[in-house]
Amino acid sequence: MGLSGLDIYKLLPKTNCRKCNFPTCLAFALALAKKSTDISKCPFLSLDAKMILESASQPPIKLITVGVDEQAVVVGNETVLFRHEEKFHHPAGLGLIVEDSDAQLLDYIKFAKELQFERVGQKLHLELIALKNTSKNAQTFAKCVKLIKENCSLNIVLQSDDPESIQAALEICKDSKPLIFGANNDNFSKMAELASSAQTALVVSALDLENLTEVVKKIKETKLEDLVLHIDQDKLPKQIENLTQIRRLALKRNFRPLGYPVLVVVKKEDAVIDALTAGAFMAKYASIILLEKASLPEILALLTLRQNIYSDPQKPLQVEPKIYPIGAPNQASPLLVTTNFSLTYYTVLAEVEASKVSSYILSVDTEGMSVLTAWAAEKFTAEKISQAMKQAQLEQLLNHKRIIIPGYVAVMSADLEDKSGWSVLVGPREASSLTSFLKNLN
Amino acid sequence: MGLELVKETWSSAINIVEIGQTKDAGGSRGSIITVGGETGLPFLHSESKTLNKPVTVFEIWDVEPDWPDNLKSPFGKNLKNTLDWAKLCKNEFKAKGLCLRLAGAHPDYGNKTVDELAKLVENLLKQIDLPLIILGCGDDTKDNLILPKIAEVSKGESLLFGSAVQDNYKTLVAAVLADGHNIIAESPIDINIAKQLNILISDMGMPKERIVINPTVGALGYGLEYAYSIMERARLAAFSGDAMLAMPFICFVGFEAWRAKEAKANEQEVPNWGSLEERGILWEALTASTFLQAGADILVMRHPEAVKHVEKFIDKLMEKN
Repeated sequence: MGLSGLDIYKLLPKTNCRKCNFPTCLAFALALAKKSTDISKCPFLSLDAKMILESASQPPIKLITVGVDEQAVVVGNETVLFRHEEKFHHPAGLGLIVEDSDAQLLDYIKFAKELQFERVGQKLHLELIALKNTSKNAQTFAKCVKLIKENCSLNIVLQSDDPESIQAALEICKDSKPLIFGANNDNFSKMAELASSAQTALVVSALDLENLTEVVKKIKETKLEDLVLHIDQDKLPKQIENLTQIRRLALKRNFRPLGYPVLVVVKKEDAVIDALTAGAFMAKYASIILLEKASLPEILALLTLRQNIYSDPQKPLQVEPKIYPIGAPNQASPLLVTTNFSLTYYTVLAEVEASKVSSYILSVDTEGMSVLTAWAAEKFTAEKISQAMKQAQLEQLLNHKRIIIPGYVAVMSADLEDKSGWSVLVGPREASSLTSFLKNLN
Repeated sequence: MGLELVKETWSSAINIVEIGQTKDAGGSRGSIITVGGETGLPFLHSESKTLNKPVTVFEIWDVEPDWPDNLKSPFGKNLKNTLDWAKLCKNEFKAKGLCLRLAGAHPDYGNKTVDELAKLVENLLKQIDLPLIILGCGDDTKDNLILPKIAEVSKGESLLFGSAVQDNYKTLVAAVLADGHNIIAESPIDINIAKQLNILISDMGMPKERIVINPTVGALGYGLEYAYSIMERARLAAFSGDAMLAMPFICFVGFEAWRAKEAKANEQEVPNWGSLEERGILWEALTASTFLQAGADILVMRHPEAVKHVEKFIDKLMEKN
């Protein structure tokens, strides 16, 4: 069990030196108890205290890295069951399964590699490619791993329960720190040995939670600690319960045998259903999701969902505050102003696009607050807006001087006209009325 | 050695709401929709019950909608006539319920008269025996004229009317209460307003079993996570005993998903996004299925293929262990 904040405080130097970036040792101790910081932040800990704290302050779900360098997938270290309680920390790794018996292997590798989307200013792509040892042949497996290594830089998952195949593949790709997906109750000692000598993480599979716990306990005796859990379960609600139980046991009971990230495989059934299944796992605690087959729209949708679920509820997503041309605006096009809170901006954007009236949207830096909140916090005032208007050099874009403001801040109209020298037109309160507003503008 | 699981049991359940009244009960519906009754977080069958499975209903309009072509195509020319559209949903697409959006009532969108719309609803009720949800056009003044009249002509059918909002709920609640219907309480992704509005509506005498919460969802990629977390928080509060949040959720998934660029932009505009046909359906379906994980009860949807897949997915989620 974890130590309380006060227990931890007793072990700290109590000098309030602030080297940990907390105002006091007590504040640092409380943060440690919540597992929201790390003991290494304190440079003055005694060795004894360090040992006690290190064993007690291990995260309830171990952080696991697959791959090397900046493109590695890092998963685990989750701290909550519901994202509103804090946030989900490490976005689930998404990967495609390819087979070593597949004549089209190279095509799939290229498909997985080339797939890339950009949304809300972020680049989205797959992180993993899993090679399944369908051929059951170690040489074939190794040859295909080589093909993957030569043709893409995605992180590799080696999916085989045959230690010989894994060994042959590791000889080719162990430098890329692949994930070995293959330990079970029958082969775990061999697999643990391979993972340990290659210093890679190992996926442990079982048919249910109890068996999984047993196998993990046996593997932990070999001192191997970099593990990922997998339950082979086709029934959707049962799998959601498994994922929920693993997360709860790790967080609420600090149950070490299940304190690892979880990998799920979405077996091919029907393109839409597969995506919905993967989506449910994304929302409910899976850290690595492997798809047996997937189309571009499926992957785009799942990467988008991941962006949503793993966004920080305390730190709203923001767009860059600047002037955005929507459609093909000209000098006479309308100019609308809104905040730089992503949700607000994209809601306004969607309505302007729907109206088919080419326009400019000026996004003002409100530190990610919505219109009313920003107005109340004085981040969206006549002054701030006229500053943003100046910076955007609107006179070079437009031949008119009329700006449309959100209906909720109608009260600032006169003030904004004074400060900016532009005429102000009050728009609708809700973005949903923007379409008809813009259509009826002239 | 048994592994001791962490099971959550809660003190309270979600209210059960019934939409539609059958012939034996004084209405004229061939079937009704029953939602709510959950005793815990979604689909954890070994610790809680999902008494009534979540349900999809088809959104139809009183005027031809300005939807993207890939959404219009499965309905063809039936979109021009509400009754034909409704029949297609029932007969071809096996709809379990319909949600009629009276878009044409809006002063900017046809400005249809009260009588015209009341007549339409009467005809719809006569010709299609599915349970019905009626939505106004979003213009408060107009909605306060048309919805009470429609509530009156559909008295006894136990329809679901929407939406009551914080600064415009009294007229609609009074009408719905008097004519025995159910009400949608809409709040702008805000748990406090959701609760406050439920209190205000209850204070007017509306039984809590006749209120459904519209938390105002966002589409996949467009703020989905805000409503997702509001719904999770509301559910946790409801299970812990907060009666003013223990109402089933209605999510207007189709309305949101089909505004997303990803559901509408064609292959020429976005060549690396894959097939538009598949993308649109997927966008609506994944938006819907994600809200199922947060506790959604009624999913108002548009594309028949998205509905078909979400229904199939709900059946999978309901499979007992």
